[in-house]
Amino acid sequence: MGIISEDKIIVAIVGSLGIIFTWWFFLFKKEKETAVEKEVDIIVSGGYSPEVISIQKGKTTKINFIRKDSTDCLSEVVLPDFKIRKELPLNGKVTVEINPQKSGEFGFACRMNMYHGKIIVK
Amino acid sequence: MKQTYLIKGMHCASCVRGVEEAIKKVPGVSDVSVSLPAETAMVEFDLEKVDDEKVFSAVSGIGYQAALKDNAGSDDLEKEKNKDLTRLKKKVVVSLFFGALIFWGSLVGQNFFLQLILATIVQFWAGLGFYKATLPALRHRTANMDTLITIGTSAAYGFSAVATLFPGLIAQAGIEPMPYFDVSVLVIGLILLGRYFEAKARAGTSEAIKKLIGLQAKTARIVKDGKEIDVPIEEVVVENVIRVRPGEKIPVDGEILEGGSSIDESMISGESIPVDKQKGDKVIGGTINKTGTFTYKATKVGSDTVLAQIIKLVGEAQASKAPIQRIVDLISSYFVPVVIILAIITFVVWYVFGPYPAFLLALLNTVAVLIIACPCAMGLATPTAIVVGVGKGAEKGILIKDAESLEIAHKINTVIFDKTGTLTNGKPVVTDVILVSEAYPESGKKDPGQARMTEARRDDILGLAASLEKGSEHSLAEAIIQKAESEKITLSKVEKFKATPGYGVEGEICKDKVFLGNRKLMETVMMLSVDGKLAGLIAVADTVKENTKEAVEKLQKMGIEVIMITGDNEKTANAIARQVGIKRVLAEVLPDQKEAEVKKIQAEGKVVAMVGDGINDAPALASANIGIAMGSGTDVAIESAGITLVSKDLRSVISAIELSKKTMRTIRMNVAMGVLYPFFGVLLNPIFASGAMALSSISVVSNSLLLKRVKI
Repeated sequence: MGIISEDKIIVAIVGSLGIIFTWWFFLFKKEKETAVEKEVDIIVSGGYSPEVISIQKGKTTKINFIRKDSTDCLSEVVLPDFKIRKELPLNGKVTVEINPQKSGEFGFACRMNMYHGKIIVK
Repeated sequence: MKQTYLIKGMHCASCVRGVEEAIKKVPGVSDVSVSLPAETAMVEFDLEKVDDEKVFSAVSGIGYQAALKDNAGSDDLEKEKNKDLTRLKKKVVVSLFFGALIFWGSLVGQNFFLQLILATIVQFWAGLGFYKATLPALRHRTANMDTLITIGTSAAYGFSAVATLFPGLIAQAGIEPMPYFDVSVLVIGLILLGRYFEAKARAGTSEAIKKLIGLQAKTARIVKDGKEIDVPIEEVVVENVIRVRPGEKIPVDGEILEGGSSIDESMISGESIPVDKQKGDKVIGGTINKTGTFTYKATKVGSDTVLAQIIKLVGEAQASKAPIQRIVDLISSYFVPVVIILAIITFVVWYVFGPYPAFLLALLNTVAVLIIACPCAMGLATPTAIVVGVGKGAEKGILIKDAESLEIAHKINTVIFDKTGTLTNGKPVVTDVILVSEAYPESGKKDPGQARMTEARRDDILGLAASLEKGSEHSLAEAIIQKAESEKITLSKVEKFKATPGYGVEGEICKDKVFLGNRKLMETVMMLSVDGKLAGLIAVADTVKENTKEAVEKLQKMGIEVIMITGDNEKTANAIARQVGIKRVLAEVLPDQKEAEVKKIQAEGKVVAMVGDGINDAPALASANIGIAMGSGTDVAIESAGITLVSKDLRSVISAIELSKKTMRTIRMNVAMGVLYPFFGVLLNPIFASGAMALSSISVVSNSLLLKRVKI
C-alpha cells in the first residue's frame, strides 16, 4: 500500500464537505410562507417569489405572475389542481384567479416541473 | 414591463389619441400604443411606480373603460416567441461553428489565445442565459438544469482559461497546462441546439387547441328590421336572428327558424358525414353550412357556446396532472441535488484513485456527469403526451375532462351501457303498420285498385291511430303522430275521447267506435279496433343505433366485458341484448339503483366504465371508475363524466379507450427515454454527454408528437 498523498486527502475532505453542504443547501431550506388577503404579485425569476403563499378557503384570490427571467422553462406556469396552465410573456403580468373550496397544500410549477411554488389553503 | 389592456368605448382616431395621452400622463409610463381595431392599449411602464389601477383610473378619467387583457395578446406572444427562437438559432450557429473551429484546430490551431477569445464569447454571450437562470435560483436555494450546465461549463472554461493565461501556475501543481475550450463551447452549443428543436416541436403539441380557437367565427350576419348587417361576433346577443349562407361558418349556437341545410359538424363531433338540419333543429357555432341558406335564433353566445365550452374543457384537461406524473415529480425534486453530489463523488474518486493525469480526467468526468443528468426530458415526458393526447381526442369529438380520466381509461375491463339513448336511439318510432281485418272505415273503399286500396287502408289505420293519440300524452303517441305527419296523413276529429292509463285510448271517429291499445312485448304492438273488430296493428319500437353491434363486438374482442343496464323488463332487455350481442344484462333497474349496480360490479374487482347520456344516470356515471357521457352534441360540460363523447356513435367509446392506451404507452416510453439517455452519456465524454442530453429532450417531445398520427 502506497502512502496516499496530501492533496488527495484534501480533495477527499473538501469533497465530503461539499456533499454535506449541497444536501443541506438544497434539501433543508425553510419555507417562508406569505399570507395573502386578496391579491399577490409573484415574481418569476429563478423560481417564484414569494414561493409559498397561504390563502383563504372559499375566497377568490388573484395571483399575478410577473416573469422577469428569460429561462424558457419558466415561460409557462402550471397549477394542476386548479387546472390552470398559462403562458407567461417575459416582463408581462398574467393574472390567475382561484377560489379554492378545499383546504390543503397545492403546488404549482413551471412547465418542466423544475421550479416549484406552493399555495396553502386555510 | 409591458402590459396590454382592453379599452372599451373608442370609436375614432381622436379617441385613440385621447387614451394614449391620458395613459402617458401617468408617472412612470414610458410608452403607449393604442390600437382602435383591436381595442387595446400596449403600455410599457416601470413596475415600481405604476400599477393596473393607475392605468384604469387614467382611462376612466376621460370616459373610457380599461380592463386587463388576459395575457398580452396571443399575437404579441407569438411574435415574442418567434423572436426568441431566432435569437436562440443565432447562438446555436455561432457556438457550434466556434466549437468546430476549436475542435478541429483548422483555423485557430494550437493558438490558445485565439481559442480563449472564441470560448469567452460563447461562454458569456450564448451561455448568458444559463448564468441568468442559475443565480436567482441559488438565491431561492433551488437548482435546475441550468445550474448543472453553469457549473459544468464554468469549470471546463475556468480551468482552460487559467491554463492559457497562467500555464506556469498549472504546471507547478503537476498538471499539464492543456486547455479544453472545445468542451465548454460545444456543450453550450449542443444544449442550446436541443432547446431550439424542443421549442420548435413543442409549438406543435398545442396545435389542437389553436385549431379549436380558430374555429370561432369573427362576424355574424344579423337580420334586424328587414335589413341584414354584419356585426363582430362579440356583439351578438341571445335572441338575435342570424342568416347563414352556403359555405359560411355558423357564428354562435342556436335554433333554425327558417330554411334548412346540410351542416358539416366534423370539427366538433368528429363525424365526417354532414348532418341535415331543418326548422327547429339546433345548430352549433363553429360548424360549417354546406348547401342551403337559413336563418336561426341565437340561443347561446360568448362563453356559453358549445365551442367555447370545449375550448375551456380541453385547456383545463391539458393543464391537469396525471397520477403517473406524481412519481416523476418525486424523482425530479431530488434529481438536481443528487446529481451535484454524484458529480462531487466522481471528482473525488477519479482524483484519488484514477490514473494519470488524475486532475484532468476527474475534471472532464465531473463535467460529463453534470451535463448529462439534466432532468428536463423527465419533466417533459408526461405533460407533452397529455397535451397531445387530449388535443387528439378533441379533434375526434372525444372530450377528456382531465389527465386522470385519460390515464384510467386504459385500465377499463368492463363497460356498462345504459340502454335507452345509448345503445338505442332513445326515441320510439313506428316500425310496422299491418292491416288485419275487414273492418275498414268508409273512406278506404273509394280506391279501385287493390294495391292502392291496401296502401290507403294502411294509411287509414295510421290516420285513425294518430287522430286518437292526438289527445294522449304517452311517449308512444308521439311516435305514431310523427309517422302520420311525415306521411302527410290528415287527421280526423275525435269525439268521446277517453284514455285508460296502461291500456290504451278510445273515442269516436265518424261515428265509428275506435280503440287503440297495447300488449307489451320487446317492442310495443298497438292494436286498433273499429266497432269492436280488430282492424290493424302498429308496431312501435326504440331502434338500435346503427353501429351498436359492431362496437359491442370490437369491445369484446379487446377483452372487455360488455354489460347492458336498463329499466326495461327482462324480456325487452334480453331481446335488445341478443340483437347487439351483449351477454350480460341488468334489467328492471330503476334509475336510482343504477349507481348501486355499478358498485356491485366494481366489487367483483372490475374496472368499470359507465356509458350513459349523463343526465338521468349522472350518479352511476360518477360512481364508475370512469363515466363516459354520450353527448347530445349540445352539452359538453357534463360534470359527472370523465369523458364526454360529442358524437352519438358508440364506436367513439372504443376510440376513447384506444386513445388512453396509446397516450399511456407514449408516457411510459418517454419516461424510459428520459431515464436511459443519461446512463448512456455518463459512459462518454462531456461533449457526447451534452449531445445525448439534447437528443433526449428532442426525442421525448417528438415521441409525444407521434401521438397525433396514431389511428384511433
